[in-house]
Amino acid sequence: MTGAEILIECLKREGVELIFGYPGGQVLPLFDKLYDSDIKFILPRHEQAAAHAADGYARATGKVGVCIATSGPGATNLVTGIATAFMDSIPIVAITGQVKTFLIGNDAFQEADITGITRPITKHNFLVKDIKDLARTVREAFHIASTGRPGPVLIDLPADIQMQEADLIWPQEVNIRSYKPTYFGHPGQIKKAVKLIAQAKKPIIYAGGGVVSSGAHLELKELAERLNAPVTWTLMGIGGFPTTHKLSLGMLGMHGTAYANYAIMESDLIIAVGARFDDRVTGRLDSFAPYAKVIHIDIDPSSISKNVRVDIPIVGDARNILGQLLEELKKIPDTKEWLNAIEAWKKKHPLIYKKEDAKIKPQYVIEQIYDVTKGGAIITTEVGQHQMWAAQWYQYAYPRTFISSGGLGTMGFGFPASMGVKLGCPDKIVFDIAGDGSIQMNIQELATCVCNKINVKVAILNNGYLGMVRQWQELFYKKRYSHTCITGPDFVKLAESYGAAGIRVTKKEDVRSAIEKAISIDNVVFIDFQVEPEENVFPMVPAGQAINQIIGGLA
Amino acid sequence: MKHTISVLVENKFGVLARIAGLFSARGYNISSLAVSETMDPSISYMTIVVDAKDENILEQIEKQLNKLIDVISVTDFTKKEHVERELILVKVDYSPKEKNKLEAVLKKYLAKLIKHGSGTAILEAVGEQQQIRQLLEELSRFEIKELIRTGKIAMA
Repeated sequence: MTGAEILIECLKREGVELIFGYPGGQVLPLFDKLYDSDIKFILPRHEQAAAHAADGYARATGKVGVCIATSGPGATNLVTGIATAFMDSIPIVAITGQVKTFLIGNDAFQEADITGITRPITKHNFLVKDIKDLARTVREAFHIASTGRPGPVLIDLPADIQMQEADLIWPQEVNIRSYKPTYFGHPGQIKKAVKLIAQAKKPIIYAGGGVVSSGAHLELKELAERLNAPVTWTLMGIGGFPTTHKLSLGMLGMHGTAYANYAIMESDLIIAVGARFDDRVTGRLDSFAPYAKVIHIDIDPSSISKNVRVDIPIVGDARNILGQLLEELKKIPDTKEWLNAIEAWKKKHPLIYKKEDAKIKPQYVIEQIYDVTKGGAIITTEVGQHQMWAAQWYQYAYPRTFISSGGLGTMGFGFPASMGVKLGCPDKIVFDIAGDGSIQMNIQELATCVCNKINVKVAILNNGYLGMVRQWQELFYKKRYSHTCITGPDFVKLAESYGAAGIRVTKKEDVRSAIEKAISIDNVVFIDFQVEPEENVFPMVPAGQAINQIIGGLA
Repeated sequence: MKHTISVLVENKFGVLARIAGLFSARGYNISSLAVSETMDPSISYMTIVVDAKDENILEQIEKQLNKLIDVISVTDFTKKEHVERELILVKVDYSPKEKNKLEAVLKKYLAKLIKHGSGTAILEAVGEQQQIRQLLEELSRFEIKELIRTGKIAMA
């Protein structure tokens, strides 16, 4: 078999059903073999979109997403997508062509040191210099990407290796002596945690993306209900706990609910599950949760005690550890008073926006999408104000239904990601909630969607601004709107020119019917919602402030 | 505070770049670094001396090193009994009448004269950091033309 054939056979054995990729000089041998392969192949219009689509597929399905690009510019175009997956711990395998082995280091045409470039943004990467290593490398790449704390892995494959002949030697097992993730919590630590939980009066569960990736949502719900403890979550933790549950506090942090922030600041015990105390969550570190002891459950030891001092670290898989905790739990704290206090905060400071306004409020659009889809859609987002509104105003009941670039904050992520989501979950309605700035960063994917009948719906909350930056300029830079006023195309005509459908909505009363119509159209649909231009995302905690120092949005 | 950390790694190309990249990306400072193959040629041994402001940073350095797929184990020698050595090569200029003095210094520190020509000598010394420092102080009365240090290696 040739190297290209070995690669494709290995991908099949790893269960790969779908590849996003873009051809080029140094992957010609591989693409020649892909021509005969039965793995579904999607050609995006930009390599960055291939990486985001593979990422979206992985987030929605829990499987490993795969993308392919050629050497040099093809590979560097994947970089933002790989970094996005890295920051959010998403398992993707990126395969890049490389110049022939004897040309490496020679500044050959379309040569880039992509393993060097991606070293800090991959969980691991490989340059295959010997065809004998190829099968084992693919096996290890999938293993590393999908186990432990998941993450992107890159395989750089020189063109001559793709053409060489060798036997396929498939390693049945993967055994990497230096990589042995811990999956179960240390029993001694579990016991200590149980003891601490028994003493708590104001416990709070703080859930992150680890709950979603480990599939710990049912255990999390059981723990919350057994403890009668409120649950708050990070952006990545959305869907890990039902938003409509009576113990739900919503998201915390910079744009979290006031009551989630007040609750964590007043709590005496934080049970952190698969979350990493990111600066957008903690605000000013030295005043974060001053009365709380911290139990931190995470599969990545380096996430523990990185930002916040932890009393009881438990390293392992969130689902396993919650299971272990549930088995050991004895005394349950009495949280009645605590829940009453939280209820009072909820009543006093609910999430709000001015509903009576005649203009189209962006929050209203998201509420209507929720209402029309009855919460059954999968939402992807770009990055900015619309992303925060999508996090606040759509009610998520299940994990893997909110797909967003949390850590890296990548504008242009949501639309290509939605392609991966839709292909992974073809029976779901998939909405990309976008801003008019972000959507223009990967708008070329309209062609991919139309060509492959990937019928996602894109709700553009069009305010004519790079809204989140404008909001900061309004609040912290004396309304000096430096380069945040942005123009765009006629989104309806643009969509139509690609063969997609476009709807423009300028009146509040047309919002709902436009959403209904978009869902009923058997095509990709851009809905251009002309929303209130200077609406702000509230509540808001200014960067570097304690997270109970909330400005705006308090009733 | 300076910490001596030993890291056992897979002997593959690119591993040194991964380690160095980890330090530079997170703003940690490497004071010295010594790398070599072990008895098992598939494994390399690194001795890294790092300057860590506090325990948290050191803890992060160890955790981040352990997180690298090619890292097999990480040991902080500061916490355990160990021996450490460094080898230096020093090129000194000296006048003929200083020769006896130079030889006395060499004898005191078990240093060796490994090459000498007209008024120039290359010396080799092995020792703990303290000894090396003292030796260099004493040698400073001659004219040190060049100094090369291997960086520390350590063994528990």
